[in-house]
Amino acid sequence: MQGELIKFGKNLVAKDELLTPGHRACQGCGSGLTIRLSLKALGKDTIVGIPAGCWAGVGSMYPDTAWRIPWMQTLFENAAAQMSGIESAYRILMDKGKMPERKINCVAIAGDGATNDIGVAALSGVLERGHDILYICLDNEAYMNTGIQRSSATPYGASTSTTPAGKVSIGQTTWKKNMIEIVAAHNIPYVASACPSYPFDLMNKVKKGAEIKGPAYIHVFAPCPTGWRVPPDSTIGIGRLAVETGVFPLYEVENGRYKLNIDRPSLKPVEEYLKPQGRFRHLSDTDIEMIQKRVSEEYNKLKTKIACFAA
Amino acid sequence: MSKRIALEGSFAAAEAARMADVDVIAAYPITPQTHIIERLADYVANGELKASYIPVESEHSAMSACYGASAAGARTFTATASQGFFLMHEVLHWVSAMRQPVIMAVCNRAVAPPANIWGDYSDAMTARDTGWIQLFAVNNQEVFDFVLSSFRIGEDPRVLLPVMVHLDGFTLSHVVEPVILPEQEEVNRFLPPYQHPYAIDPDNPMSYSMVMGPGIYAEIKKAQDVTLRESKEIILQAWKEFGDIFGRYYSPIESYKTEGAKTLLMSTGCLSETAKVAIDRKRDKGEDVGLIILHLWRPFPFEELYQAIKDAETLVVFDRCISLGGPGGPIISEVKSALFDKRKDIKFAGLIGGLCGRNLSVEQFEDALDKGREIAEKGSEEVFETIGIRE
Repeated sequence: MQGELIKFGKNLVAKDELLTPGHRACQGCGSGLTIRLSLKALGKDTIVGIPAGCWAGVGSMYPDTAWRIPWMQTLFENAAAQMSGIESAYRILMDKGKMPERKINCVAIAGDGATNDIGVAALSGVLERGHDILYICLDNEAYMNTGIQRSSATPYGASTSTTPAGKVSIGQTTWKKNMIEIVAAHNIPYVASACPSYPFDLMNKVKKGAEIKGPAYIHVFAPCPTGWRVPPDSTIGIGRLAVETGVFPLYEVENGRYKLNIDRPSLKPVEEYLKPQGRFRHLSDTDIEMIQKRVSEEYNKLKTKIACFAA
Repeated sequence: MSKRIALEGSFAAAEAARMADVDVIAAYPITPQTHIIERLADYVANGELKASYIPVESEHSAMSACYGASAAGARTFTATASQGFFLMHEVLHWVSAMRQPVIMAVCNRAVAPPANIWGDYSDAMTARDTGWIQLFAVNNQEVFDFVLSSFRIGEDPRVLLPVMVHLDGFTLSHVVEPVILPEQEEVNRFLPPYQHPYAIDPDNPMSYSMVMGPGIYAEIKKAQDVTLRESKEIILQAWKEFGDIFGRYYSPIESYKTEGAKTLLMSTGCLSETAKVAIDRKRDKGEDVGLIILHLWRPFPFEELYQAIKDAETLVVFDRCISLGGPGGPIISEVKSALFDKRKDIKFAGLIGGLCGRNLSVEQFEDALDKGREIAEKGSEEVFETIGIRE
């Protein structure tokens, strides 16, 4: 962290709102906040493609639009592929002298279902082919737009409408798919995790991802008060708790080098993160203990990778 | 000077895309893919075509990348067939509804299972209502001519619709025939540079494919339908100009020896040439038969069909696709419905054959015509007859 140019601080953020107020997202939408901050970092020479999900609709219900940049809805599984077509088109049109040279950010912004589940093949293809696009995953840990159905990003023990907690079920019975590591395994130039509770960190990463030549991926932990059963004013707090408990560490993998961005001397107990959320309300102390064990293990694994690059 | 050379149907399609100076090609090489995309990759590798070639990881992504590229203002081309075509299906609707003139060659092949790689129109017919302009080529010259004219038709600002050119898998895609290739200068005269009036532009930001409810959806679809129907006039204009420049004139329905014919055979694609020989033989025997060939499948050429059959009493329609559990083959059911009000007197016979690349001989077409006439006169308990099937 030391010595790095801080691109954004509170006086350096663009005042322009490229995502206008008045859109139809729920109160306290972590995804909406992420998009607003990201567009401030990206500026107006940006094209955004968004697949099926909350933000395919809440900002673009005809005849209104909240987008002051070119915006496209894509299919559920093809945001990455479609943006790769746009990026390739601009590259060749500039090469052929059919349009003036300029930097245009081609950005796909997709939910966890569109990224981890149905769109994972298209995303992998784009990363492998090395297109110059930025892919932002808005991870709210379930298919929220359609009524809180589980995805492979839903954490163990969460109650969703397709993995409801019941007399004989704990809710989601599988552990969250680690999409950040799957993307990092493609050896692309830039991978990062981020959270709108840490706005400058988020904006710096978005800016860096857009500036780097080649594919960049930012996995954003985007609290969803509606789906997580928390009050709308707790979005920032829940995001902070996810980071402070080690549930969602903020780190970067730049050209293969791991770096922890928020490094706390000690982690808070996971219970502090789980307890306020309705989706985890049914968990017993034993369940929480098991989750704590898993979170600690994963965090230590990450610290080991980071230690490799510390020297 | 144009030149006459021997070309596979695949290479004819690739050559047309090269001469159209396409900007972006996105394609996936699963079988059944064809030499089209390999030849284009060669052109790009050798600098004979300056294009961005995206070797995608699936056919779904192939059409998705084409959609994005076209929306960004690039002239865009791809090719596929059969199973890959099915994987694209979802995106086909988006490309047409978003008015992107992506051009695609489809080397028509049968649907698995049983696993196969041979030709029929089972793939093409599933895309009937996707909103694409659809052309069927009879030979490799038509493959070249139709692919080239597709760019002109689809990119016309009054149209802005994607176009599929269907060519028979193997029988055209992998068979060498003589093809006349024009000079680049002639092509440039026929095909203006591509300029999408609503290309994505950060200086003029717009929202594309927004959410639209019951209050507007129907109007959007109606507008799309009107545009597709009205594109026929632009297709006719483009083909007229094509003929004036290149000397080959095309029409939505080609009539072959139809003068005074009381019985007409209607066919599509490469087997039409076999059918032509059958018609020649029957004419030599003094029989009053003729052939009409469907080139334009969407928009459906209602008026041209009516004109083409106006003196006929019997229409024998040959389908190279089975409509499982339906009213005969896809083409005859459309033809019947198109003529229902105008020609209540005409007698129909539906024949299905040539499935999965099964060859049909001239003699079989002659027999099929006799059989068709018999069915038309006496009627049949079957919805359709299948040519050459073992029962």
